[in-house]
Amino acid sequence: MNVRNIVLDKYSAKVYKNRKEHIMELTEETKNQPIAANSRTIPGIITNRGCCYAGCKGVVLGPLKDVLVLTHGPIGCGFYSWGTRRNKAKTEDGRNFIEYCFSTDLQEPDIVFGGEKKLRQAIKEAIDIFKPKCIMICSTCPVGLIGDDIHAVAAETEKLYGITCMAFSCEGYKGVSQSGGHHIANNTLMKKIIGVNDTPPKNKYSVNILGEYNIGGDGWEVERILKRIGYNVISVFTGDGSFEAIQNSHMANLNLVQCHRSINYIAEMMKTKYGVDWIKVNFVGIKSTIQSLRDMATYFGDKELAERTEEVIDDELANIAEEKEYYYSKLKGKTAALFVGGSRSHHYQLLLSDFGVSTVLAGYEFAHRDDYEGREVIPTIKEDADSKNIEHLNVEKDEKKYHAYLTDEQYQQLKSKIPLEDYTGMIRHMENGSIVVDDLNQFETDEFLKLLKPDIFFSGIKDKYSLQKSGVLSRQLHSYDYSGPYSGFRGSINFARDITMGLYTPAWRFVTPPWKNRSTLKASLAGGEE
Amino acid sequence: MLTMTPKEISERSSLRINPCKTCQPVGAMYAALGVHNCMPHSHGSQGCASYHRTFLSRHFKEPAMASTSSFTEGASVFGGGSNLRTGVKNVFDIYNPDIIAIHTTCLSETIGDDLTAFIQDMDIPEGKYVVHTNTPSYVGSHINGFYNMMSGFINYMAESTGKSNGKTAIFPGFVNPGDIRELKRILKLMKVPFTMFPDQSGIMDAPMTGNYSMYPKGGTTIPEIVGLGDCEKVLALGELTSEEPANILERKCKVPYSLMQLPIGIEATDKFVMELSQITNEEIPYELEEERGQLVDIILDAHFYFHDKKVAIFGDPDTVLGLTRLVLEMGMIPKYVLTGTPGEAFVKLANNLFEQYGVSDCIAKASGDLFELHQWIKNEKVDLLLGTSYGKQIAKAEDIPFVRAGFPILDRYAHSYSPILGYKGALRMVELIAGALMDKQDRDASDEEFEIVM
Ligand code: SF4
Ligand code: SF4
Repeated sequence: MNVRNIVLDKYSAKVYKNRKEHIMELTEETKNQPIAANSRTIPGIITNRGCCYAGCKGVVLGPLKDVLVLTHGPIGCGFYSWGTRRNKAKTEDGRNFIEYCFSTDLQEPDIVFGGEKKLRQAIKEAIDIFKPKCIMICSTCPVGLIGDDIHAVAAETEKLYGITCMAFSCEGYKGVSQSGGHHIANNTLMKKIIGVNDTPPKNKYSVNILGEYNIGGDGWEVERILKRIGYNVISVFTGDGSFEAIQNSHMANLNLVQCHRSINYIAEMMKTKYGVDWIKVNFVGIKSTIQSLRDMATYFGDKELAERTEEVIDDELANIAEEKEYYYSKLKGKTAALFVGGSRSHHYQLLLSDFGVSTVLAGYEFAHRDDYEGREVIPTIKEDADSKNIEHLNVEKDEKKYHAYLTDEQYQQLKSKIPLEDYTGMIRHMENGSIVVDDLNQFETDEFLKLLKPDIFFSGIKDKYSLQKSGVLSRQLHSYDYSGPYSGFRGSINFARDITMGLYTPAWRFVTPPWKNRSTLKASLAGGEE
Repeated sequence: MLTMTPKEISERSSLRINPCKTCQPVGAMYAALGVHNCMPHSHGSQGCASYHRTFLSRHFKEPAMASTSSFTEGASVFGGGSNLRTGVKNVFDIYNPDIIAIHTTCLSETIGDDLTAFIQDMDIPEGKYVVHTNTPSYVGSHINGFYNMMSGFINYMAESTGKSNGKTAIFPGFVNPGDIRELKRILKLMKVPFTMFPDQSGIMDAPMTGNYSMYPKGGTTIPEIVGLGDCEKVLALGELTSEEPANILERKCKVPYSLMQLPIGIEATDKFVMELSQITNEEIPYELEEERGQLVDIILDAHFYFHDKKVAIFGDPDTVLGLTRLVLEMGMIPKYVLTGTPGEAFVKLANNLFEQYGVSDCIAKASGDLFELHQWIKNEKVDLLLGTSYGKQIAKAEDIPFVRAGFPILDRYAHSYSPILGYKGALRMVELIAGALMDKQDRDASDEEFEIVM
């Protein structure tokens, strides 16, 4: 029996029926079959998923350093999303809202009589103290239930105080995971901020980096490389990002999509409305970074830029060559499993393969089918009730601001060469015999661990320690265990260093105490050997 | 760091900035993790459970398993009854615990799910238990959630047979496994037969074995929880944390209780030890007397580092009160004493302490936040900050020595293994405090003032 079936077999009929759609053992045949994704987690299952609020406030909006993000709800949600995602941010004027946590801390009477009054008052107090240029209001579960109209309060705030104020109805129960929250955040950024300021870019190689949250300084490393080559980075969504820079983002000529899941909506909408093309990039991994840089150069089609790209690549490679070889020798032949959010499980496999580590299992916490199978399946994805509840924005061409870098002809030509408006998904990069699991849960983690015995399991904090207690190195790929950056050339060395030290920590040898082996020792002695 | 925080304090009635508390369910989850073979279950959307597990894992560096009802919009409209039924069945099927301990979230509370009715309607396998408690996150804090879950277990499970089991029940409060181990050590030295409830030692500080077990060795067992009703007495530690469950047990099973301070510092530990000696009528063993003497010795040896130094303390109410007592005993001044958990009793108890030690101009506040604490400090600086990891921002902004204690501590390792309770715990705190103050002195010293011997 294959590994997949061994694990599934332990489920009751009902759970089996559901989970079997989410687990795949890759063969030539199954590779082309659909996988179930972005559907509800079965109640009672120990899932690693978070909620809509976590996707909206926690992932997309949280990193904006010049925005006062106010959580409207009881204290917990705001508290837990305070300083926990390592979105590094630097400001010149010291006005960094990321260091703070703002909440309306709703109390029982507010739940009974409505919380709008308290929200209005909280906004007033926030403006008095901090004089922000922009406030974002994020609602949590009970707010949706008691029906506070946060959008009306936001509109009122704009009139009253002359600042930008946005409301996000990202109650935790919406959708089936963080994914719904990403979408809600994307929609409102599109509606309210993108396209507000038309300052022309410094040069034509102007780009935005989308879906880069600057965890551990990743975004800074990518920006460093791009600037070396001569790109003009207008804005980053949203790591070390600012609402001010995003207002100008539509002026760019190209959008680079790093995390496909959390932000592909913005890329698509900007294409329709402003004509900004997007390509899928990946700055995690050495080969991937090189490929992405070359794709960008191809897009701009400029000889000088292409040359400069190769120069920088050569130089960066030369800088890491020695260390790369060393870590390759330490890591070659190891195996890994990955279970992370919505893009990292793919990106990091490519980085691992740079060091000779192969992947035996990979899965996403809240991806959709396109993240697994590639964007061509999008038209065939059936909407269910849970995804219908997330607003779908229909944007139209903005005749005044629409600008396209490529002619139609150029576009068609390039389409076959670089991932223009395309993402191939994770599965295509995976080998036959490996396992893909959507919304992996604690039971399956334990079982697959026993069967596949990977050397490293990359995941999050909630399963990290259970994995490690089983004797397998576990590294957090959401927070990098407080290390990083992992992107670009230097980052890949940081990453290799971190897993090498994890795998070779001498204490692993001491997991089993010597006296646990005593009886076998005695037996062999009695047997007269040695 | 925190450069936007102004010195001028403005009146705030609605905006919470940098909270010093969190929501009830995380406390409930922690309490349930202190029961052997128990699966905590969060009845609401899976986001809450995800956050709560994350925080417990980050504080303890341990897995914190919990299942969830995984509400989506439908359940939020039609009620969570069917999600709970499916959830409980799956948990028993897949994870096979002996007890499922359900707590609500603000979601299921707001829609008004009646858990008592849901649970009555369930098919619960023979010999297994399902208990619940209500933990609306818009009331109180994680401390309320913690004792509410204890009450849930007592309500469902504690029984009195009319025959005493000769044991004393200890309610340790919201403390670390290291503290619980210290309490147990003292109880053993004092030869008191006891039930510790809850007991996260062995679970949230489980050893590395190479084999992960979802239900590690530790935890209060089912017979022990049922047997709470036959205990001689309850020592409810933590005046603001442990009274509610003690009270419920008394009403349900007529077990009397003594409400005591959390044994942090000399005097509170003395009281605890003397209470224990009354139970057994045994002499207090020399071992404890020796530890106590060592503690007093060190405080006196190092008193000049502590004398009249101003301290700001924040965190959970009983922990903060305990630490306040300790620093007063050391000769320090607890200038600001703050908890995020609401309840004016905290302020009264803190003021009593100020009075008892004759210190003036100290401020105590319940339902406060760290933004306000920071503003106070900007107006009158302190020499030491004592509290959870979130204090490190203030400590950095104002360049104040900082010692971590309480929940959550997210940026240190092994802290939860070592006690702050008992004489040993006090000794540890004294060492940490002296170390922090002396490190700062060293750091700021000019070469000619830099001393090898201090
Ligand atoms: S929704 Fe409520 S219970 Fe859940 S984390 Fe937020 S405050 Fe806590
Ligand atoms: S990589 Fe994953 S965790 Fe990160 S933003 Fe994308 S979906 Fe979220």
